[in-house]
Amino acid sequence: MRAFSYEKPADPAAAAARAAEVEGAKFLAGGTNLLDLMKLEIEIPLHVIDVNGLGLDEITETEDGGLRVGTLVTNTALSADSRIRRDYPLLTRAIAAGATGQLRNKATTGGNLLQRTRCPYFYDTNMPCNKRAPGSGCGALTEGAFSRQLGVIGTSDACIATHPSDMAVAMRALDAVVETVTPTGMTREIPLEEFHLLPGDTPEDETALMPGELITHVRLPAPVGGTQEYHKVRDRASYAFALVSVALVRQADGSGRVALGGVAPKPWRSDAADAELPNGASAVMSVLLDGARPTEENAFKITLAERTLAAMLKEA
Amino acid sequence: MSPPIDFSLRRRTLLAGTAAAAAFSAVNRGGAAAQSTGATAGPETTTVTLSVNGEERELTVDNRTTLLDALREHLQLTGTKKGCDHGQCGACTCTVNGERINSCLSLAVMHDGDAVETIEGIGQPESMDPMQAAFVEHDGFQCGYCTPGQIQSARKVIEEIRAGIPSHVTGDLTAEIAITDAEIRERMSGNICRCGAYANILAAITQVAEESA
Repeated sequence: MRAFSYEKPADPAAAAARAAEVEGAKFLAGGTNLLDLMKLEIEIPLHVIDVNGLGLDEITETEDGGLRVGTLVTNTALSADSRIRRDYPLLTRAIAAGATGQLRNKATTGGNLLQRTRCPYFYDTNMPCNKRAPGSGCGALTEGAFSRQLGVIGTSDACIATHPSDMAVAMRALDAVVETVTPTGMTREIPLEEFHLLPGDTPEDETALMPGELITHVRLPAPVGGTQEYHKVRDRASYAFALVSVALVRQADGSGRVALGGVAPKPWRSDAADAELPNGASAVMSVLLDGARPTEENAFKITLAERTLAAMLKEA
Repeated sequence: MSPPIDFSLRRRTLLAGTAAAAAFSAVNRGGAAAQSTGATAGPETTTVTLSVNGEERELTVDNRTTLLDALREHLQLTGTKKGCDHGQCGACTCTVNGERINSCLSLAVMHDGDAVETIEGIGQPESMDPMQAAFVEHDGFQCGYCTPGQIQSARKVIEEIRAGIPSHVTGDLTAEIAITDAEIRERMSGNICRCGAYANILAAITQVAEESA
């Protein structure tokens, strides 16, 4: 790990202002992903701004009947909150499907959204990676590369990494909105749909955040009801990233929402695919995964996604 | 407590230094440094006060020092183990303000004023915690390297179930959670035992849960 200076700012706006002002600054919340990457020298901040203790660790009720989750609420606290368990069970299920008890006790809401991909070529600093070292190429797209875990849709010729979060997939299905404070002290709202960027030619640009901008809250709209399930398919029964995950909200009339994890650079959902829910899993996936460009190694994810949703619809 | 270990020269330290040098040249080959290589914006050390096993300890550490390294290398509390150093194995598990965390993925400077409990604070050979005694009784280990982390996690798993924190295998999210084999196994998945003592670890945890019910 490279040397860095460290500070604890007084409030969120001051944190954002400092992050924009100090060269090489990086926010630190739970640290479970950032410290891992700093040890590998994939992240090399010169200055670390510790945002713990800024009072952003509460879940409050909003006027429209939803909930406002402070960015520092831990994954454990969010999944265990009685209002979340009762009204947003999809979110509890998704969070509990990820990581381990120790990690969830430290990992935060905002940090979870900002975690980096677990693509093996991003993690191996001997390998080319356009996300880690822009312009160096994509190791995952070379002859004989291991791409079994990687993305099948929304990817580009520069990058086929997936976003690793389970929590974000549930939040996408629930139409969550990210609230931020900018370096000039302004607040801003970004729908989760627009928060993560597709890689295109610039896979190093991962979110809609501007330099120094700090996530303060994630807002959940009023509960949508229905039956809510999160099904994660992975290589081990616990503590593994998704090959495919499906978030499903299903209403009594057969309508609902579907979001996918493990297949794309962001939680993957579309209104047009949701509209196909009464017609079954095959109809949904033919719309949702239309235009998919899998590799030979990960083409199975297309079939797996459809079969996972089919199994969930049969059980629901 | 056993006498402090002399940290000046150990084979492992020497080997770790060699590996770090190899890793550094690898980074240079890959051209990984996307960030600036300029100077830091302030001091690279910080003074923090931790409450460790009930005792206030003031430390001045390099900002890079993990909580794990602060415990082991600065406070000579070597019961907390370093396994993978990346949050994957759970050997470094200790509790901070009553919650179990991977101490390898947390910086010491993040814990100013926090209460840390390590395996040394849980019990000693002459006065073992019930979980330590159960691990001995059930042979919940072979080499023992993962055991401090297993015991730290195990104690908290029982508390977390009783506090109603749901897991991946929990059925009804609004009902009381029963302490089952499936719940314990799922919640212990962040603690790896390469000797494979899992069945005996499960037996030890189950016994403590039943005796404290």
